[in-house]
Amino acid sequence: MSSLQTPLHKVEGMGPAHSGTGHFWHERVTSVALIPLSLWFLYAMLGLAGTSEVTALQFLAHPLNALLMGAFICFSLWHAYLGLQVVIDDYIHTAGSKIILMLLIRFSVIAAGATCLFAIVRIAAL
Amino acid sequence: MAENPQRPAVRPLSPHLTIYRWPVTMLTSITHRATGMGLSFGAVVLAWWLVSISNGPEGWQSFHAIMDTPLGLLVLFGFAWALVFHFLNGIRHLAWDLGYGFPKQAAERNSVIILALSLLGALAIFTLVWPGHGGYLR
Repeated sequence: MSSLQTPLHKVEGMGPAHSGTGHFWHERVTSVALIPLSLWFLYAMLGLAGTSEVTALQFLAHPLNALLMGAFICFSLWHAYLGLQVVIDDYIHTAGSKIILMLLIRFSVIAAGATCLFAIVRIAAL
Repeated sequence: MAENPQRPAVRPLSPHLTIYRWPVTMLTSITHRATGMGLSFGAVVLAWWLVSISNGPEGWQSFHAIMDTPLGLLVLFGFAWALVFHFLNGIRHLAWDLGYGFPKQAAERNSVIILALSLLGALAIFTLVWPGHGGYLR
C-alpha cells in the first residue's frame, strides 16, 4: 500500500506532532545560553548579598549588567516556559485543563518577563 | 466483565512511582523536574526583587523585611540549591544529547556526584553570602 502522507507532509518531515524537533532544540539552545548567564547571575547575587540598595542600583544601572540581567531573565523564562509545557503535557490529560494551564503559563511568563525588564529599565533611568 | 459493561469510575493505573525501588538515577531525574518547577517560582521572586530595587529605599526594605527572616532564608537556600542542581544536571543532559554518560555505572555514579556537589555548592554559596563574606560588589 502506498503512503497516506501527502508529498508536502513528507518533505516537511515533521510527523504527526507538526512541530518536529523545534521544542527540544529550543530547550537545548536556551540551556546552553544559560550556562554562562547563570554563572554571571551567581557572581552578581553573591556580590550583592548583604549590601545596600545603592550598591544594587549602581550595579544594575551599569549597561553591561543591565543587559546581562535582561538576557538571563529572557532565556530563563523561555527555558522555564518550555519545561513547564512538558510537565503539563505529561500530567494533564483533559483538553480543557490543558489549554487553560498552557495559556496560564504563557501569560505568566510574559508578565514576569515584562515586569523584570520594566524594572531594569526603570533602575537604569533612576 | 460481561455482567458489568459500565466503566468503573476510577480506572486502574499501571504501577509507577509508588511500587519500584528508587534507583538514584530516578531520584535525580525527578529532582531535575522538581527543581525546574521550583526555579520557575524563583523567577517571580527575582521579579519582585528587581521591582523592589526600582522602587527605591522603601522597596528594598520591604523585600528584605520578608526575605531576611529564617523562612525567607530557607526559601533562598532552596533556590540556591535548586539552581546549582539544575545547572549541573542540565550539563549532564547536554552530555547525554552528545551520547556520553549512558552506561549504568557512569549514570549512577554521576547522579551521586551531582547530588553531593549541588548540596556542597548551595552550602558554599550560603557560607559566602553570610555577613562578612559576600557583598564584594559593594
